Amino acid sequence: MEKFQSLISTAVPVSIENIDTDQIIPARFLKATTRDGFGENLFRDWRYNTDNTPKTDFILNDKRFSGKILVGGKNFGCGSSREHAAWAIHDYGFKVVVSSFFADIFKNNALNNSLLPITVSPEFLQKLFTAIESNPTTDIKVDLPEQYIQLVATGERESFEINAYKKECMINGYDNIDYLLSIEDKIKEYEKQR
Amino acid sequence: MAGKTLFDKIWEKHVVTTIPDGPEVFYIDIQYIHEVTSPQAFDGLRKRGIPVFNTKQVVATPDHNVPTLEQHLPIKNELSRKQVDQLIKNCADFGIELYGLNHPYQGIVHVVGPELGITKPGMTMVCGDSHTSTHGAFGCIAFGIGTSEVEQVLATQCLLQNKPKRMRINIEGKLNKGVYSKDIILYLIAKLTAGGGTGYFIEFAGSAIRSLSMEARMTICNMSIEMGARGGLIAPDETTFNYVKGRKFAPQGADFDAAVTEWKKLYSDIDAQFDAEFTYEAADIAPMITYGTNPGMGVGISENVPSANAIEDIKERESFNKALEYMGFSSGDKLIGKPINYVFVGSCTNARIEDFRIVADVVRGRKKADNVKAYIVPGSKQVEKQIYDEGIDKVLEAAGFQIRQPGCSACLAMNDDKVPAGEYCVSTSNRNFEGRQGQGARTLLASPATAAATAINGYISDVRELI
Ligand code: SF4
Repeated sequence: MEKFQSLISTAVPVSIENIDTDQIIPARFLKATTRDGFGENLFRDWRYNTDNTPKTDFILNDKRFSGKILVGGKNFGCGSSREHAAWAIHDYGFKVVVSSFFADIFKNNALNNSLLPITVSPEFLQKLFTAIESNPTTDIKVDLPEQYIQLVATGERESFEINAYKKECMINGYDNIDYLLSIEDKIKEYEKQR
Repeated sequence: MAGKTLFDKIWEKHVVTTIPDGPEVFYIDIQYIHEVTSPQAFDGLRKRGIPVFNTKQVVATPDHNVPTLEQHLPIKNELSRKQVDQLIKNCADFGIELYGLNHPYQGIVHVVGPELGITKPGMTMVCGDSHTSTHGAFGCIAFGIGTSEVEQVLATQCLLQNKPKRMRINIEGKLNKGVYSKDIILYLIAKLTAGGGTGYFIEFAGSAIRSLSMEARMTICNMSIEMGARGGLIAPDETTFNYVKGRKFAPQGADFDAAVTEWKKLYSDIDAQFDAEFTYEAADIAPMITYGTNPGMGVGISENVPSANAIEDIKERESFNKALEYMGFSSGDKLIGKPINYVFVGSCTNARIEDFRIVADVVRGRKKADNVKAYIVPGSKQVEKQIYDEGIDKVLEAAGFQIRQPGCSACLAMNDDKVPAGEYCVSTSNRNFEGRQGQGARTLLASPATAAATAINGYISDVRELI
């Protein structure tokens, strides 16, 4: 897994609530047998018309907005367990997703793919949306070791929570399977005793 | 010390060890796999050069991507065929039991597991599919996982998990005529919202739940994920034991009796503490239907589309309006009477034999409206066989329906079973997201009975007027 420490970047605001995984990556693109190339179809049906021309009113097609941070509305990533959603966001170039509320499975999937999900308060989320929408060059800083997210220009920040184990994995690029394999004996012992 | 919840009892038994300041190493009894979310996991095992930890604890079947007509022929869509072939190869390479296309046990994973008696009380089960929550109906901890986690379980039979919070929802009393378990769960999601269960595992309890069949309980647990919950579960009882008894992989004879003795310990203690608890009256629930683009946007069938004005939060109001726009509805619209050209009875929510019996009871002696194209898709080969054995096929065919072959079908429209852009579909599945049943398709979730009534009339109908 890729390592993650901290970054400063502009952001893309998708201020829609309940963004489900079917919007992030529609089912018809789940036929691949590898993890690559999903970014191309990220938000496919919001980004493109049926004739594959870009929808000009969707934010990802708005040249003013870019960056490594995706800011989404409440209940981000609800719906299916498809990890393809996290792959698509990461493959598109995002390293961080910010929302006031994440669906559980999506959050896990993101963490397993070096995509940092940050939960902020509804007020701070609103602040981010307002700042970015009024000035697309707004820089945002994400610091994982110190666990905070900050609007660089104003210094306004909020700390976020992350499980200590997951944090270590993200920072060092560790992978759960390596860990689980290292305690294989314990697992076998457990199996014997039940 | 406070008593334990059913969830705690099962959870504690499956903790291998706890990482200080971190998640628990959680043991998984059974993993179900299908063609869409597993290929990258097997790839991972190959790259690491490791085998599957316990091949006997993995069961595979293709469902998401399979055609529902002419399953005996090679799959026409090349990508779909490749994915299904990849599943066959992976199962062969790693030594996993596969119920492939045309096998008498093939079907939607969440229909197949229970009907074969693989799903049993007290187990932990996962699948790379969010509706794994279905199996909770047996008193299991069952939940959906992503592909990286599929790989973890294949490699080690374990997952790293943080214990979720516990919620209990009680439904008391008797259900009204024409109201089914699908209506209960749509009612609950409408009350608690599509994110209301996030972070929780939900136990469903109360006299109305106890009175339900296993099929009906599965429908409720299936959609617990649509509230955002990790999963749902129901304490096993005589209904559960009778369902499991005699099934292919159920314990037999004295083993079964011994198992039942253990299963009887699976309930929440009287003094168990929940992090949240809600109680509703069954009598307050009417046949439900959704009008928006998440399963929480549902109302009683005779109600009108709600008004956005009642929503204070601006973002929430915008999202609500965006949903209505997609659906082509306006606040205050009457739902009953809206013309519907597509009806889908299928999916892991409502494609068990009981669902088709309900449909047959509604349509018996009637004919579907000419404008309606109906997909009738059994959840598994076994359900399909039951449909023919019980003569339900004759009733459905006389009413003008075509019975297709098992698979996920128009639930997620990965195969050819799609609803065209702009068309409305009353569907017994679990998700009404934008484009879920095909690009631009508009989905209204409802019970099999409501779907059947709608097919007969050709417009949204109150099934209570037909039964
Ligand atoms: S029927 Fe639908 S919800 Fe169920 S497993 Fe298949 S795609 Fe998922």
